[in-house]
Amino acid sequence: MADLKKHDTPLLNELKKGPFPSFVDDLETRANSGVQCCYDLLGQLELSYNHKETHWKHGGIVGVFGYGGGVIGRYSDAPKEFPSIAHFHTLRVNQPASKFYNSRFLRKLCDMWDHRGSGICNFHGSTGDMILIGTSTDQLEPTFYDLSHQFDMDLGGSGSNLRTPSCCMGKARCEFSCLDTQAITYDLTMTYQDELHRPAFPYKFKFKTSGCPNDCVAAIARACTSIIGTWRDNIRIDQKAVQAYIGGELKPNAGAFSDRDWGAFDIQKEVIDLCPTRCMWMDGNELKIDDRECTRCMHCINVMPSALRPGVDCGATILNGAKAPILEGAQMSTLIIPFMKMEYPYQEFKDYVELMWDWWMEEGKNRERLGELIQRQGLAHYIIDILGREPIPQHVREPRSNPYPFWKEEEVPGGWTRSLEDFRKRHAA
Amino acid sequence: MIDTSMYKDDPGYNIQELLDKPYDPELADREYNPDKPMAGRLTDQGPPHFEQFFPEVIKKNYGKWLTHEFLQSGVIKYTSETGDVMWVVRCATPRLVTTNLLREIADIADKFCEGCCRWTTRNSLEWHVTDEGTLKELIEFLNNLKHPGGSYKFPIGGTGAGITNIVHTQGWIHCHTPATDASGMVKSVMDDMFEYWNSHKLPAKLRISMACCLNMCGAVHCSDIALLGIHRKPPFVEDDRITGVCEVPLAIAACPTAAIKPATVELADGKKVKSVRVKNERCMFCGNCYTMCPAMPLADEEGDGVAILAGGKISNRITRPSFSKLIVPYIPNELPRFDSVCKIVRQIVEAYEKGANKYERLGDWATRVGWERFFEQCNLPFTDKSIDDYRLAYDTYHTTTQFKWSSHTDKMM
Repeated sequence: MADLKKHDTPLLNELKKGPFPSFVDDLETRANSGVQCCYDLLGQLELSYNHKETHWKHGGIVGVFGYGGGVIGRYSDAPKEFPSIAHFHTLRVNQPASKFYNSRFLRKLCDMWDHRGSGICNFHGSTGDMILIGTSTDQLEPTFYDLSHQFDMDLGGSGSNLRTPSCCMGKARCEFSCLDTQAITYDLTMTYQDELHRPAFPYKFKFKTSGCPNDCVAAIARACTSIIGTWRDNIRIDQKAVQAYIGGELKPNAGAFSDRDWGAFDIQKEVIDLCPTRCMWMDGNELKIDDRECTRCMHCINVMPSALRPGVDCGATILNGAKAPILEGAQMSTLIIPFMKMEYPYQEFKDYVELMWDWWMEEGKNRERLGELIQRQGLAHYIIDILGREPIPQHVREPRSNPYPFWKEEEVPGGWTRSLEDFRKRHAA
Repeated sequence: MIDTSMYKDDPGYNIQELLDKPYDPELADREYNPDKPMAGRLTDQGPPHFEQFFPEVIKKNYGKWLTHEFLQSGVIKYTSETGDVMWVVRCATPRLVTTNLLREIADIADKFCEGCCRWTTRNSLEWHVTDEGTLKELIEFLNNLKHPGGSYKFPIGGTGAGITNIVHTQGWIHCHTPATDASGMVKSVMDDMFEYWNSHKLPAKLRISMACCLNMCGAVHCSDIALLGIHRKPPFVEDDRITGVCEVPLAIAACPTAAIKPATVELADGKKVKSVRVKNERCMFCGNCYTMCPAMPLADEEGDGVAILAGGKISNRITRPSFSKLIVPYIPNELPRFDSVCKIVRQIVEAYEKGANKYERLGDWATRVGWERFFEQCNLPFTDKSIDDYRLAYDTYHTTTQFKWSSHTDKMM
């Protein structure tokens, strides 16, 4: 321990104060147990706090044999000052769907990562992977060997790969879930291992699965293919429980508003009048819903979870094309398939995936996300010509307001080849 | 129980057997031969099957849950149609964690939760227990765990009409493109917002997200409040490095405004090289060129800082999902505690808390009262930077005579 070099970190020390967990304290506690790289990481971060600029170099291509993703190269630009983090590469490790773990797994993983790397992790990265932060190039292959042989773990996606699919907790805990989100995520991950590890796409591709339209995994904002649970029968109503909400025995929204006095629960004001389609009403003591008019926004179910439940004929709404703003601006996923049954082995879904990927791999430009290609070549083209589906009003928020559809030649009687001579016979120039 | 019969042959289905064996630190050194990388190699096996990590109560009640209730911020009671009851305790983590902390998590899992735990999409940690006695002990235990500097290791909260954990990116801790730090800003903002982390006093849930550059690994663009690192100076061009480290045509193509043009330039030694020139007035500071080309860095102490966007959401509840809108175009990086960011977040949250109706998300409140009123009530200046001049800008133009009189119009009269 005598060799340990601690750097002065007066600015970072300010981040030990306050009630929220301090990452500085955690890193320093680990450093104090004899881990130089944690001191060096804090030292370099302090330097960034002084310079207001990062001290990590751009890129560096590293990886494991046979895979084109899962490892992100990272080199310090101040290796003399911070030699133990001179190389400090990241591994993305594919998390178990919905991120349940047990202690035996966590401890063994800690043993491995203490031995092979820094002992620093992200639980989890934004995409969902478990992130192992900080090891040297020579440890990458042994780490992968350990992960695959001693944990049955595998690397996640990076670069122009399928990114690690992720999902909400689904049926494991949530009564709203219309989908077996974990099973779908596990199956897609296993089915598309090749796409996940070997870059063959124009750019990244993301699947995310949420069990209901509350969309806890943010599929509609982040995924190229957003799989979001829904139902096509009726909301299940327990009229007794409705009365219990009205009578105040049950707390609205499962107690989510408990620290403020909002007054007595008013079903008319808080549920019926807030319904976006106004498809609910009280008929005496009975709550009625015109389910055909319902857009399944989840509000009434969220407010009265003990009284209302999604229907039983469940499946997924499939939307396409979300991405963050780089480059053409942010996009949200747009409705493509209103309803699809999602049951093992998910063949209808996989058939759709093939059509979508074939088109994108053929037509997509370098670093063009699926959502951008849909914009460039047209939503109608994608729906009709690529996926072979019928256009329906649900595909648009409102019909276009310009009169410029691209008519196809075969849609116009007589086609586009015609005689100018005949035209001029009728009309003098 | 879950039907997993179809997955029994998957390699990831025998994790328990593997976990029975202690970690062997010499296995890879013994078996892996860099000259024969394919020998004994396992690839494409994917993650372990999730069901193997479930607590027993979840295995038994998978898909059978009937309802849930928040007993207090961070404590959820679940009831199953089998009659089983389960309590979940949610705690914050800073996402960036060491194995020291993970080992502590494993110990807590063993002590209270049959060895199981779960992380949420927003970096919180969840504990599952099946009796009220253990629940009480667990809550007390967690409340007493503190870091040396006094912060909670596992503060309970993050449910219901409050502010849950901030999803965020790496920042200066581990990334080459950031315009600000992520972990430090999240720590500072959550310290300041802590009263909303462990309470249910807001009009609806409020989600804060943080991304340290425009690449938005954190996908913050649909958040009630988005904190975004931005650059404001065009990139350098390192003529002496550029041909060696990047494909010049890719750097040119990367620019969304076509501000980057090819140029042949003469180096100090008289050598002519193919490089690029940037039309600075067309630069939108997205950093996409630097992503493609290491010889075009744009980080800068004075140029970089934070933008705040607000009013986005993901849920389909009542209204459609929506994008966050640019409210404050730039705040300097004030280190170490990002004081102005914290102050402005608080102004927005407090105005929302005061003005919004029950169930109304921040963006829905702003839309109802009007954005002119939003700026007024948050006591924030409206600047030209909030008027869109990028693609689809027209979507945000105000094509109606319906507007509200506000401080903005008053001063024109």
